[in-house]
Amino acid sequence: MDILFEGFFQRALLAGLGIAMVAGPVGCFIVWRRMAYFGETLAHSGLLGVGLGLLLGINIVWGAVAAAVVLALLLLALKRQKELASDTLLGILSHTALALGLLTVGLITGAVTGHLDILFGDVLTVSRADVLTVWAGAALVLAVLVTLWRDLIAMAVHEDLARAEGVRVDRVELAFVLIIAIMTAISMKIVGLLLITALMIVPAAAARRLSASPEAMALWAVAIAAVAVLAGLFASAWWNVIAGPAIVIAAGLIFVLTLFAPQRS
Amino acid sequence: MMLKAHGALISARDVSLAYGSRIILDHVNVDVRHGEIVTLIGPNGAGKSTLVKVMLGLEQPDSGAIIRQPGLRVGYVPQSFPVTAHVPLSVRRLMTLTVDAEERQLRRALAATEAEHLIDARVVRLSGGEMQRVLLARALLRDPQVLVLDEPVQAVDFYGEVRLYELISRIRKDQGCGILMVSHDLHMVMAESDHVVCLNGHVCCEGGPGAVQRDPEFTRLFGPAAARMIGAYQHHHDHSHDGAPGTCNHPHHKA
Repeated sequence: MDILFEGFFQRALLAGLGIAMVAGPVGCFIVWRRMAYFGETLAHSGLLGVGLGLLLGINIVWGAVAAAVVLALLLLALKRQKELASDTLLGILSHTALALGLLTVGLITGAVTGHLDILFGDVLTVSRADVLTVWAGAALVLAVLVTLWRDLIAMAVHEDLARAEGVRVDRVELAFVLIIAIMTAISMKIVGLLLITALMIVPAAAARRLSASPEAMALWAVAIAAVAVLAGLFASAWWNVIAGPAIVIAAGLIFVLTLFAPQRS
Repeated sequence: MMLKAHGALISARDVSLAYGSRIILDHVNVDVRHGEIVTLIGPNGAGKSTLVKVMLGLEQPDSGAIIRQPGLRVGYVPQSFPVTAHVPLSVRRLMTLTVDAEERQLRRALAATEAEHLIDARVVRLSGGEMQRVLLARALLRDPQVLVLDEPVQAVDFYGEVRLYELISRIRKDQGCGILMVSHDLHMVMAESDHVVCLNGHVCCEGGPGAVQRDPEFTRLFGPAAARMIGAYQHHHDHSHDGAPGTCNHPHHKA
């Protein structure tokens, strides 16, 4: 337990719990609205943002947010065409963005392996500023979620019905996309871009069986994500494994356990 | 078509819509008035659901206009409701997704569709018929002047279907709202509708149920068997208005 007194570990815990707090509810909406692949695509675009951030000499967090937002707007625009199915479209954009990101980061830093931490997370390098970024981002995401909660739930249940009943679907959609972009950017350091979608959807999926209302599901998802983060970080400290994957595996194990819980429907 | 003089609650005026080169709606006109059931019929892909979406403002037409009375309250029951084991919901919560309502109002709306006992049920556990009655109650909760029902008897067994149509007819009488309904179910349509619009991209024919059924366009679209069957159905019902659903065992035609 000496590890608890290490500064880097305390920072990792703080940042990880901050992410868990928003990964829970955001993950629920991703599960409800079947947007897992969409979230994945935005996360992949984060690497391109990091590359561009390094290239332009701006903060890589802002770079990641900007790239994810641009990609999301592109996706929303392309969804209006009916030639290609949206999962095909997502596949194209997701992997192109990832490839472009790898190339850009590789060209700038001379070695892409130097930035694997962005893909898989690296708790050892979490700075005080990173913790602050996580909590500021998480606070912003929570504020937007609370404001739009009712509209978001209505859209998750039936988008056309919500629109017919006066929900301003396009605006809310835009805000939601922004939320995922921020989530992606603040999670890079802890779980990494390749695994952040997992930290959002696995706890939400695990929470489903335990919950009788949307709010209960969101709270359960927060709790499960938090336990996964704690378990992952301790596993990483004790057994010297990478934290991001350890967190996701912990969440996966909890999901398996919930399969034995009675369905609350 | 001329603009109708008497005020419709909601009208589609010369509405056209195409997806790429595929024409979905071709200069379509429809009016829904107070206390009137207007039914859209037509083959699959005829643009019925699209027309409904355009009239609800869910899709923008390429040309033409939707005219609504100012402040019009619309209740909508969409065609597909893929609920969704994903969101954990009670009926109570489903009813109040976008409106606040007191317990008393909730119960009254559900009672109007014979679904009051379902108020605390889980949405995923509802049968097709129960779901439709809950969705109908949900639309009624908004005290609508116009009810828009897209295939209201989907996933409902035959017995439930007859009851649902009786219910819709009663809602029209009790609430006096206009009803715009999409249906596949020709004989029911003919029994309850005031005005039938036969759609196949454009409006093929329209009018009272009897007139539509005699229209050669209708026969061309649905075949002579359908026309005869509806005739037989009309005749049958002319002579039995006891309304006991169990006694209806005429052939069940799906267009």
